[in-house]
Amino acid sequence: MFVEVTLSLLEGFGTTCLIFIVTLAASLVLGLIIAFGTMSRFKWLKAILKTVIWIIRGTPLMLQVMVIFYVPGFAFRVTLFPRLVAVFIAFIINYSCYFSEIYRGGIESISKGQYEAGQVLGMTRTQIFFRVVLVQVIKHIIPPMSNEIMTLVKDTSLARVILVEEIIKHAEDFIMRGIVWPLFYSAVFYLVFVGVLTLVFRYAEKKLSYFKV
Amino acid sequence: MAFLKIENYRKSFGSTEVLKGVSFELEKGQVLAIIGSSGGGKTTLLRCINFLETADEGRLYLNGELLFDAGEEKSRRTRDEDIRKKRLHFGLVFQQFNLFPQYSVLGNVTLARRLLDRQLVSDKKRELVASGMRGKALKSELALYAAELEKRTNAESLALIERVGLSDKLNAYPCELSGGQCQRVAIARALALTPDVLCFDEPTSALDPELTGEVLSVIRGLKSGDRTMIVVTHEMEFARKVADKVIFISDGVIEEEGTPEEVFGAPKSQKTVAFLSRSAKEEEA
Repeated sequence: MFVEVTLSLLEGFGTTCLIFIVTLAASLVLGLIIAFGTMSRFKWLKAILKTVIWIIRGTPLMLQVMVIFYVPGFAFRVTLFPRLVAVFIAFIINYSCYFSEIYRGGIESISKGQYEAGQVLGMTRTQIFFRVVLVQVIKHIIPPMSNEIMTLVKDTSLARVILVEEIIKHAEDFIMRGIVWPLFYSAVFYLVFVGVLTLVFRYAEKKLSYFKV
Repeated sequence: MAFLKIENYRKSFGSTEVLKGVSFELEKGQVLAIIGSSGGGKTTLLRCINFLETADEGRLYLNGELLFDAGEEKSRRTRDEDIRKKRLHFGLVFQQFNLFPQYSVLGNVTLARRLLDRQLVSDKKRELVASGMRGKALKSELALYAAELEKRTNAESLALIERVGLSDKLNAYPCELSGGQCQRVAIARALALTPDVLCFDEPTSALDPELTGEVLSVIRGLKSGDRTMIVVTHEMEFARKVADKVIFISDGVIEEEGTPEEVFGAPKSQKTVAFLSRSAKEEEA
Protein backbone atom coordinates (compact mmCIF):
# COMPACT_ATOMS: atom_id res chain seq x y z
CA MET A 1 0.00 0.00 0.00
CA PHE A 2 2.78 2.41 0.98
CA VAL A 3 4.59 1.74 -2.29
CA GLU A 4 1.41 2.24 -4.30
CA VAL A 5 0.72 5.58 -2.59
CA THR A 6 4.32 6.73 -2.97
CA LEU A 7 4.35 5.94 -6.68
CA SER A 8 1.06 7.72 -7.21
CA LEU A 9 2.19 10.77 -5.26
CA LEU A 10 5.49 10.77 -7.15
CA GLU A 11 3.56 10.89 -10.39
CA GLY A 12 1.68 13.93 -9.08
CA PHE A 13 4.94 15.38 -7.83
CA GLY A 14 6.25 15.21 -11.42
CA THR A 15 3.45 17.52 -12.50
CA THR A 16 4.13 19.76 -9.50
CA CYS A 17 7.77 20.03 -10.54
CA LEU A 18 6.80 20.72 -14.15
CA ILE A 19 4.53 23.61 -13.12
CA PHE A 20 7.28 24.91 -10.86
CA ILE A 21 10.04 24.80 -13.45
CA VAL A 22 8.04 26.21 -16.36
CA THR A 23 6.65 29.04 -14.20
CA LEU A 24 10.01 29.87 -12.68
CA ALA A 25 11.95 29.90 -15.96
CA ALA A 26 9.38 32.01 -17.81
CA SER A 27 8.62 34.38 -14.94
CA LEU A 28 12.25 35.16 -14.21
CA VAL A 29 12.61 36.46 -17.77
CA LEU A 30 9.17 38.04 -18.19
CA GLY A 31 9.44 39.62 -14.74
CA LEU A 32 12.64 41.40 -15.72
CA ILE A 33 11.04 42.70 -18.90
CA ILE A 34 8.02 43.98 -16.93
CA ALA A 35 10.39 45.55 -14.40
CA PHE A 36 12.11 47.50 -17.17
CA GLY A 37 8.67 48.53 -18.42
CA THR A 38 7.63 49.90 -15.04
CA MET A 39 10.84 51.95 -14.94
CA SER A 40 10.59 53.18 -18.55
CA ARG A 41 10.29 56.76 -19.69
CA PHE A 42 6.90 56.10 -21.27
CA LYS A 43 4.22 57.14 -18.82
CA TRP A 44 1.43 55.22 -20.55
CA LEU A 45 3.40 51.96 -20.42
CA LYS A 46 4.14 52.52 -16.74
CA ALA A 47 0.46 53.18 -16.01
CA ILE A 48 -0.70 50.06 -17.85
CA LEU A 49 1.85 47.81 -16.15
CA LYS A 50 1.16 49.23 -12.70
CA THR A 51 -2.55 48.57 -13.20
CA VAL A 52 -1.91 45.01 -14.37
CA ILE A 53 0.39 44.38 -11.40
CA TRP A 54 -2.26 45.77 -9.06
CA ILE A 55 -4.95 43.48 -10.50
CA ILE A 56 -2.75 40.38 -10.49
CA ARG A 57 -1.40 40.96 -7.02
CA GLY A 58 -4.81 42.04 -5.77
CA THR A 59 -6.76 38.91 -6.71
CA PRO A 60 -6.27 35.28 -5.64
CA LEU A 61 -4.14 33.11 -7.88
CA MET A 62 -6.81 30.43 -7.58
CA LEU A 63 -9.32 32.78 -9.16
CA GLN A 64 -6.88 33.70 -11.92
CA VAL A 65 -6.38 30.03 -12.77
CA MET A 66 -10.13 29.51 -13.00
CA VAL A 67 -10.64 32.63 -15.12
CA ILE A 68 -7.96 31.62 -17.63
CA PHE A 69 -9.35 28.12 -17.92
CA TYR A 70 -13.12 28.65 -17.78
CA VAL A 71 -13.79 32.11 -19.20
CA PRO A 72 -12.89 31.30 -22.84
CA GLY A 73 -15.37 28.43 -22.59
CA PHE A 74 -18.19 30.58 -21.23
CA ALA A 75 -17.52 33.50 -23.53
CA PHE A 76 -16.79 31.80 -26.85
CA ARG A 77 -17.98 28.26 -26.20
CA VAL A 78 -14.51 26.92 -26.94
CA THR A 79 -11.85 25.49 -24.68
CA LEU A 80 -8.82 27.56 -25.59
CA PHE A 81 -6.27 25.83 -23.42
CA PRO A 82 -5.69 22.36 -22.06
CA ARG A 83 -5.82 22.37 -18.26
CA LEU A 84 -2.08 22.31 -17.72
CA VAL A 85 -1.46 25.13 -20.23
CA ALA A 86 -4.06 27.29 -18.48
CA VAL A 87 -2.17 26.70 -15.24
CA PHE A 88 1.11 27.69 -16.90
CA ILE A 89 -0.38 30.92 -18.25
CA ALA A 90 -2.00 31.97 -14.98
CA PHE A 91 1.08 31.12 -12.93
CA ILE A 92 3.52 32.82 -15.29
CA ILE A 93 1.49 36.05 -15.37
CA ASN A 94 1.06 36.01 -11.60
CA TYR A 95 4.66 35.29 -10.72
CA SER A 96 6.08 37.67 -13.35
CA CYS A 97 4.24 40.49 -11.61
CA TYR A 98 5.64 39.59 -8.21
CA PHE A 99 9.15 39.06 -9.59
CA SER A 100 9.03 42.35 -11.50
CA GLU A 101 8.52 44.26 -8.28
CA ILE A 102 11.43 42.43 -6.66
CA TYR A 103 13.63 43.20 -9.67
CA ARG A 104 12.57 46.84 -9.62
CA GLY A 105 13.47 47.14 -5.95
CA GLY A 106 16.84 45.55 -6.65
CA ILE A 107 17.63 47.70 -9.66
CA GLU A 108 16.57 50.91 -7.95
CA SER A 109 18.75 50.10 -4.95
CA ILE A 110 21.91 50.39 -7.07
CA SER A 111 23.44 53.82 -6.59
CA LYS A 112 23.55 56.29 -9.45
CA GLY A 113 27.30 56.42 -8.94
CA GLN A 114 27.70 52.91 -10.33
CA TYR A 115 26.06 53.92 -13.61
CA GLU A 116 28.04 57.15 -13.77
CA ALA A 117 31.32 55.36 -13.10
CA GLY A 118 30.53 53.08 -16.03
CA GLN A 119 29.54 56.01 -18.21
CA VAL A 120 32.72 58.01 -17.66
CA LEU A 121 34.66 54.84 -18.50
CA GLY A 122 32.99 54.84 -21.89
CA MET A 123 30.82 51.78 -21.29
CA THR A 124 27.52 51.34 -23.13
CA ARG A 125 24.22 51.07 -21.28
CA THR A 126 24.10 47.34 -21.99
CA GLN A 127 27.65 46.84 -20.74
CA ILE A 128 26.91 48.79 -17.58
CA PHE A 129 23.82 46.70 -16.90
CA PHE A 130 25.35 43.29 -17.52
CA ARG A 131 28.92 43.90 -16.31
CA VAL A 132 28.32 46.17 -13.35
CA VAL A 133 24.73 46.33 -12.15
CA LEU A 134 23.30 42.84 -12.64
CA VAL A 135 25.42 40.89 -10.14
CA GLN A 136 24.78 43.52 -7.50
CA VAL A 137 21.05 43.31 -8.20
CA ILE A 138 21.14 39.52 -7.93
CA LYS A 139 22.94 39.72 -4.60
CA HIS A 140 20.33 42.17 -3.41
CA ILE A 141 17.27 40.20 -4.46
CA ILE A 142 18.22 36.68 -3.41
CA PRO A 143 16.42 36.88 -0.02
CA PRO A 144 13.07 38.19 -1.34
CA MET A 145 13.33 35.96 -4.41
CA SER A 146 13.91 32.84 -2.34
CA ASN A 147 10.79 33.68 -0.33
CA GLU A 148 8.71 34.06 -3.47
CA ILE A 149 10.12 30.93 -5.10
CA MET A 150 9.32 28.83 -2.02
CA THR A 151 5.79 30.17 -2.11
CA LEU A 152 5.61 29.05 -5.72
CA VAL A 153 6.43 25.46 -4.71
CA LYS A 154 3.35 25.37 -2.52
CA ASP A 155 1.15 27.45 -4.84
CA THR A 156 1.43 24.71 -7.46
CA SER A 157 -1.24 22.92 -5.41
CA LEU A 158 -3.74 25.53 -6.64
CA ALA A 159 -3.66 23.80 -10.04
CA ARG A 160 -5.91 21.25 -8.38
CA VAL A 161 -8.92 23.61 -8.71
CA ILE A 162 -9.09 22.87 -12.41
CA LEU A 163 -8.37 19.18 -11.84
CA VAL A 164 -4.73 19.15 -12.90
CA GLU A 165 -3.23 15.92 -11.59
CA GLU A 166 -0.64 17.36 -9.27
CA ILE A 167 0.33 15.87 -5.94
CA ILE A 168 -2.61 17.07 -3.80
CA LYS A 169 -5.06 15.84 -6.42
CA HIS A 170 -3.42 12.43 -6.32
CA ALA A 171 -3.60 12.37 -2.52
CA GLU A 172 -7.27 13.36 -2.62
CA ASP A 173 -8.01 10.49 -4.97
CA PHE A 174 -7.02 8.19 -2.10
CA ILE A 175 -9.45 10.00 0.20
CA MET A 176 -12.21 8.99 -2.21
CA ARG A 177 -11.21 5.41 -1.42
CA GLY A 178 -11.36 6.12 2.32
CA ILE A 179 -7.59 6.43 2.90
CA VAL A 180 -6.65 9.74 4.52
CA TRP A 181 -2.96 9.49 5.37
CA PRO A 182 -1.58 10.07 1.82
CA LEU A 183 -2.79 13.67 2.10
CA PHE A 184 -0.50 14.23 5.07
CA TYR A 185 2.24 12.18 3.48
CA SER A 186 2.22 14.59 0.51
CA ALA A 187 3.62 17.27 2.82
CA VAL A 188 6.88 15.33 2.89
CA PHE A 189 7.39 15.97 -0.83
CA TYR A 190 6.94 19.73 -0.41
CA LEU A 191 9.24 19.75 2.60
CA VAL A 192 12.02 17.95 0.74
CA PHE A 193 11.61 20.25 -2.28
CA VAL A 194 11.77 23.42 -0.17
CA GLY A 195 14.63 21.95 1.83
CA VAL A 196 16.67 21.52 -1.34
CA LEU A 197 15.82 25.07 -2.43
CA THR A 198 16.93 26.39 0.95
CA LEU A 199 20.32 24.78 0.41
CA VAL A 200 20.56 26.17 -3.13
CA PHE A 201 19.82 29.72 -1.99
CA ARG A 202 22.18 29.44 0.94
CA TYR A 203 24.90 28.37 -1.50
CA ALA A 204 24.12 31.27 -3.86
CA GLU A 205 24.24 33.78 -1.02
CA LYS A 206 27.55 32.39 0.11
CA LYS A 207 28.91 32.52 -3.44
CA LEU A 208 28.12 36.24 -3.61
CA SER A 209 29.32 37.09 -0.12
CA TYR A 210 32.83 37.98 -1.33
CA PHE A 211 31.74 41.54 -2.00
CA LYS A 212 29.56 44.10 -0.27
CA VAL A 213 27.25 46.44 -2.15
CA MET B 1 44.53 77.92 -29.08
CA ALA B 2 44.50 76.44 -25.60
CA PHE B 3 44.38 72.64 -25.14
CA LEU B 4 41.04 72.76 -23.36
CA LYS B 5 38.68 75.64 -23.83
CA ILE B 6 35.30 76.00 -22.13
CA GLU B 7 33.12 78.73 -23.53
CA ASN B 8 30.20 80.23 -21.67
CA TYR B 9 28.86 77.09 -19.95
CA ARG B 10 25.37 77.51 -18.54
CA LYS B 11 23.29 74.95 -16.71
CA SER B 12 20.00 75.13 -14.85
CA PHE B 13 18.18 72.51 -12.81
CA GLY B 14 14.55 73.50 -12.94
CA SER B 15 14.44 77.17 -12.14
CA THR B 16 17.78 77.18 -10.32
CA GLU B 17 20.63 78.43 -12.46
CA VAL B 18 23.73 76.63 -11.24
CA LEU B 19 26.22 77.73 -13.90
CA LYS B 20 25.77 81.26 -15.17
CA GLY B 21 28.24 81.43 -18.01
CA VAL B 22 31.58 79.89 -17.12
CA SER B 23 34.55 80.15 -19.48
CA PHE B 24 38.17 79.17 -19.02
CA GLU B 25 41.17 77.83 -20.86
CA LEU B 26 43.78 75.30 -19.89
CA GLU B 27 47.11 74.42 -21.50
CA LYS B 28 48.29 70.86 -21.97
CA GLY B 29 50.00 69.50 -18.86
CA GLN B 30 48.53 72.12 -16.59
CA VAL B 31 46.76 71.39 -13.34
CA LEU B 32 43.68 73.46 -12.66
CA ALA B 33 42.27 73.68 -9.15
CA ILE B 34 38.65 74.75 -8.81
CA ILE B 35 37.78 76.07 -5.38
CA GLY B 36 34.65 77.59 -3.91
CA SER B 37 31.98 77.00 -1.33
CA SER B 38 29.49 74.14 -1.58
CA GLY B 39 26.61 74.71 -3.97
CA GLY B 40 28.61 77.17 -6.03
CA GLY B 41 28.57 75.02 -9.17
CA LYS B 42 32.04 73.41 -9.08
CA THR B 43 30.79 69.83 -9.26
CA THR B 44 28.17 70.69 -11.87
CA LEU B 45 30.86 72.24 -14.05
CA LEU B 46 32.96 69.08 -13.77
CA ARG B 47 29.95 66.88 -14.55
CA CYS B 48 29.14 68.99 -17.62
CA ILE B 49 32.71 68.64 -18.86
CA ASN B 50 32.44 64.87 -18.43
CA PHE B 51 29.05 64.72 -20.20
CA LEU B 52 27.29 63.41 -17.11
CA GLU B 53 25.15 66.52 -17.39
CA THR B 54 24.44 68.37 -20.60
CA ALA B 55 25.15 72.05 -20.46
CA ASP B 56 22.22 74.19 -21.63
CA GLU B 57 24.53 76.60 -23.35
CA GLY B 58 28.18 76.71 -24.23
CA ARG B 59 30.91 75.09 -26.26
CA LEU B 60 33.85 72.88 -25.40
CA TYR B 61 37.01 72.66 -27.49
CA LEU B 62 39.69 70.06 -26.90
CA ASN B 63 42.92 70.24 -28.80
CA GLY B 64 41.30 72.60 -31.27
CA GLU B 65 38.38 70.26 -31.95
CA LEU B 66 34.83 71.32 -31.12
CA LEU B 67 33.66 68.46 -28.87
CA PHE B 68 30.48 69.92 -27.52
CA ASP B 69 28.15 72.60 -28.74
CA ALA B 70 24.88 73.01 -26.86
CA GLY B 71 23.43 74.75 -29.89
CA GLU B 72 23.38 71.77 -32.24
CA GLU B 73 20.48 69.36 -32.29
CA LYS B 74 20.89 65.66 -32.84
CA SER B 75 18.63 62.66 -32.50
CA ARG B 76 18.94 60.92 -29.15
CA ARG B 77 20.36 57.70 -30.46
CA THR B 78 23.39 59.05 -32.33
CA ARG B 79 24.00 61.34 -29.44
CA ASP B 80 24.35 58.46 -26.98
CA GLU B 81 26.97 56.76 -29.10
CA ASP B 82 28.67 60.08 -29.84
CA ILE B 83 28.86 61.12 -26.23
CA ARG B 84 30.28 57.76 -25.24
CA LYS B 85 33.23 58.29 -27.58
CA LYS B 86 33.76 61.89 -26.51
CA ARG B 87 33.73 60.88 -22.87
CA LEU B 88 36.88 58.87 -23.45
CA HIS B 89 38.80 62.13 -23.76
CA PHE B 90 38.00 62.76 -20.12
CA GLY B 91 38.45 60.77 -16.95
CA LEU B 92 36.60 61.41 -13.71
CA VAL B 93 37.45 60.41 -10.17
CA PHE B 94 34.42 60.66 -7.91
CA GLN B 95 34.13 61.87 -4.37
CA GLN B 96 32.51 58.55 -3.39
CA PHE B 97 34.99 56.44 -5.44
CA ASN B 98 32.17 54.44 -7.09
CA LEU B 99 34.34 51.37 -7.48
CA PHE B 100 32.61 48.27 -8.80
CA PRO B 101 32.22 46.17 -5.64
CA GLN B 102 32.16 42.77 -7.34
CA TYR B 103 35.47 43.28 -9.11
CA SER B 104 38.91 43.02 -7.57
CA VAL B 105 41.38 45.91 -7.70
CA LEU B 106 42.78 44.53 -10.95
CA GLY B 107 39.27 43.91 -12.28
CA ASN B 108 38.18 47.47 -11.58
CA VAL B 109 41.20 48.87 -13.39
CA THR B 110 41.00 46.58 -16.43
CA LEU B 111 37.23 46.20 -16.98
CA ALA B 112 36.63 49.18 -19.26
CA ARG B 113 39.90 48.63 -21.11
CA ARG B 114 39.05 45.01 -21.83
CA LEU B 115 35.66 46.06 -23.19
CA LEU B 116 37.35 48.61 -25.46
CA ASP B 117 39.86 45.96 -26.55
CA ARG B 118 36.98 43.73 -27.55
CA GLN B 119 35.60 46.57 -29.62
CA LEU B 120 39.00 46.98 -31.28
CA VAL B 121 39.10 43.27 -32.11
CA SER B 122 35.70 43.37 -33.75
CA ASP B 123 36.69 46.51 -35.67
CA LYS B 124 39.82 44.71 -36.83
CA LYS B 125 37.74 41.74 -37.89
CA ARG B 126 35.53 43.91 -40.06
CA GLU B 127 38.58 45.48 -41.58
CA LEU B 128 40.23 42.14 -42.34
CA VAL B 129 37.04 40.63 -43.74
CA ALA B 130 36.67 43.66 -45.98
CA SER B 131 40.19 43.10 -47.23
CA GLY B 132 39.21 39.58 -48.24
CA MET B 133 40.65 37.50 -45.42
CA ARG B 134 38.66 34.41 -44.48
CA GLY B 135 38.77 31.19 -42.49
CA LYS B 136 41.79 30.03 -40.53
CA ALA B 137 44.05 32.90 -41.48
CA LEU B 138 41.46 35.39 -40.24
CA LYS B 139 40.99 33.48 -37.01
CA SER B 140 44.67 33.25 -36.15
CA GLU B 141 45.29 36.86 -37.10
CA LEU B 142 42.48 37.99 -34.77
CA ALA B 143 43.63 35.73 -31.95
CA LEU B 144 47.11 37.19 -32.27
CA TYR B 145 45.76 40.73 -32.20
CA ALA B 146 43.54 40.00 -29.18
CA ALA B 147 46.42 38.42 -27.29
CA GLU B 148 48.61 41.42 -28.01
CA LEU B 149 45.94 43.83 -26.75
CA GLU B 150 45.37 41.76 -23.64
CA LYS B 151 49.07 41.68 -22.90
CA ARG B 152 49.31 45.44 -23.24
CA THR B 153 46.22 46.07 -21.11
CA ASN B 154 47.51 43.80 -18.37
CA ALA B 155 50.99 45.29 -18.35
CA GLU B 156 49.72 48.86 -18.32
CA SER B 157 47.13 48.13 -15.63
CA LEU B 158 49.69 46.50 -13.38
CA ALA B 159 52.00 49.46 -13.85
CA LEU B 160 49.20 51.85 -12.90
CA ILE B 161 48.32 49.87 -9.80
CA GLU B 162 51.98 49.93 -8.81
CA ARG B 163 52.03 53.65 -9.40
CA VAL B 164 49.23 54.21 -6.88
CA GLY B 165 51.05 51.90 -4.48
CA LEU B 166 48.63 48.97 -4.37
CA SER B 167 50.57 46.14 -5.99
CA ASP B 168 50.05 44.03 -2.88
CA LYS B 169 46.27 44.43 -3.14
CA LEU B 170 45.78 43.28 -6.74
CA ASN B 171 43.19 40.67 -5.88
CA ALA B 172 41.54 42.44 -2.97
CA TYR B 173 37.93 43.59 -3.27
CA PRO B 174 36.88 47.18 -2.56
CA CYS B 175 35.15 46.16 0.68
CA GLU B 176 38.52 45.01 2.00
CA LEU B 177 40.23 48.36 1.37
CA SER B 178 40.39 51.62 3.29
CA GLY B 179 38.84 54.75 1.79
CA GLY B 180 42.23 56.07 0.76
CA GLN B 181 43.09 52.81 -0.97
CA CYS B 182 39.72 52.78 -2.73
CA GLN B 183 40.31 56.28 -4.04
CA ARG B 184 43.75 55.28 -5.30
CA VAL B 185 42.19 52.35 -7.17
CA ALA B 186 39.66 54.77 -8.64
CA ILE B 187 42.51 56.97 -9.85
CA ALA B 188 44.24 53.99 -11.49
CA ARG B 189 40.93 52.99 -13.05
CA ALA B 190 40.47 56.43 -14.57
CA LEU B 191 44.06 56.49 -15.83
CA ALA B 192 43.68 53.07 -17.49
CA LEU B 193 41.84 54.70 -20.40
CA THR B 194 44.59 57.34 -20.84
CA PRO B 195 42.22 60.32 -20.84
CA ASP B 196 43.42 63.65 -22.23
CA VAL B 197 42.01 65.46 -19.24
CA LEU B 198 41.67 63.81 -15.84
CA CYS B 199 39.10 65.35 -13.52
CA PHE B 200 38.79 64.91 -9.76
CA ASP B 201 35.58 65.76 -7.95
CA GLU B 202 36.57 66.50 -4.35
CA PRO B 203 38.68 63.34 -4.24
CA THR B 204 39.41 63.57 -0.52
CA SER B 205 36.12 64.89 0.84
CA ALA B 206 34.76 61.44 1.70
CA LEU B 207 37.97 60.38 3.45
CA ASP B 208 39.03 60.48 7.07
CA PRO B 209 41.51 63.32 7.56
CA GLU B 210 44.45 60.97 8.12
CA LEU B 211 43.81 59.33 4.73
CA THR B 212 43.71 62.45 2.57
CA GLY B 213 47.50 62.71 2.44
CA GLU B 214 48.08 59.44 0.58
CA VAL B 215 45.51 60.36 -2.10
CA LEU B 216 46.79 63.91 -2.56
CA SER B 217 50.36 62.70 -2.89
CA VAL B 218 49.29 60.24 -5.60
CA ILE B 219 47.57 63.07 -7.47
CA ARG B 220 50.62 65.28 -7.04
CA GLY B 221 52.77 62.45 -8.42
CA LEU B 222 50.67 62.34 -11.58
CA LYS B 223 51.62 65.85 -12.54
CA SER B 224 53.79 65.65 -15.59
CA GLY B 225 54.36 67.44 -18.84
CA ASP B 226 51.45 65.99 -20.77
CA ARG B 227 48.83 65.12 -18.19
CA THR B 228 46.17 67.78 -17.93
CA MET B 229 44.15 67.70 -14.73
CA ILE B 230 41.19 69.51 -13.21
CA VAL B 231 40.77 69.14 -9.47
CA VAL B 232 37.74 70.37 -7.57
CA THR B 233 38.99 70.58 -4.02
CA HIS B 234 38.59 72.01 -0.55
CA GLU B 235 42.27 71.44 0.20
CA MET B 236 43.69 74.94 -0.14
CA GLU B 237 47.24 73.85 0.65
CA PHE B 238 47.05 71.31 -2.14
CA ALA B 239 45.65 73.85 -4.60
CA ARG B 240 48.35 76.33 -3.66
CA LYS B 241 51.22 73.87 -4.05
CA VAL B 242 50.17 71.69 -6.98
CA ALA B 243 47.97 73.78 -9.24
CA ASP B 244 49.26 75.88 -12.11
CA LYS B 245 46.01 77.74 -12.25
CA VAL B 246 43.27 78.33 -9.70
CA ILE B 247 39.65 79.24 -10.34
CA PHE B 248 37.35 80.42 -7.59
CA ILE B 249 33.71 79.79 -8.41
CA SER B 250 30.90 81.41 -6.49
CA ASP B 251 27.19 81.44 -7.34
CA GLY B 252 27.79 79.92 -10.75
CA VAL B 253 30.33 82.42 -12.03
CA ILE B 254 34.10 82.57 -11.98
CA GLU B 255 34.80 85.16 -9.35
CA GLU B 256 38.55 85.01 -9.61
CA GLU B 257 41.14 83.19 -11.66
CA GLY B 258 44.89 83.15 -11.94
CA THR B 259 48.02 81.47 -10.69
CA PRO B 260 47.99 80.21 -7.08
CA GLU B 261 50.17 83.19 -6.15
CA GLU B 262 47.64 85.60 -7.61
CA VAL B 263 44.52 83.99 -6.19
CA PHE B 264 45.87 83.12 -2.75
CA GLY B 265 48.42 85.90 -2.43
CA ALA B 266 46.58 88.88 -3.79
CA PRO B 267 42.89 88.14 -4.34
CA LYS B 268 41.07 90.96 -6.10
CA SER B 269 37.46 90.06 -5.39
CA GLN B 270 35.88 90.63 -1.98
CA LYS B 271 34.15 87.24 -2.20
CA THR B 272 37.46 85.48 -2.71
CA VAL B 273 38.97 87.22 0.29
CA ALA B 274 35.99 86.24 2.44
CA PHE B 275 36.07 82.63 1.22
CA LEU B 276 39.80 82.24 1.77
CA SER B 277 39.74 83.64 5.28
CA ARG B 278 36.74 81.46 6.11
CA SER B 279 38.46 78.29 4.91
CA ALA B 280 41.68 79.29 6.67
CA LYS B 281 39.76 79.57 9.91
CA GLU B 282 38.13 76.19 9.32
CA GLU B 283 41.51 74.60 8.80
CA GLU B 284 42.80 76.07 12.02
CA ALA B 285 39.77 74.87 13.92
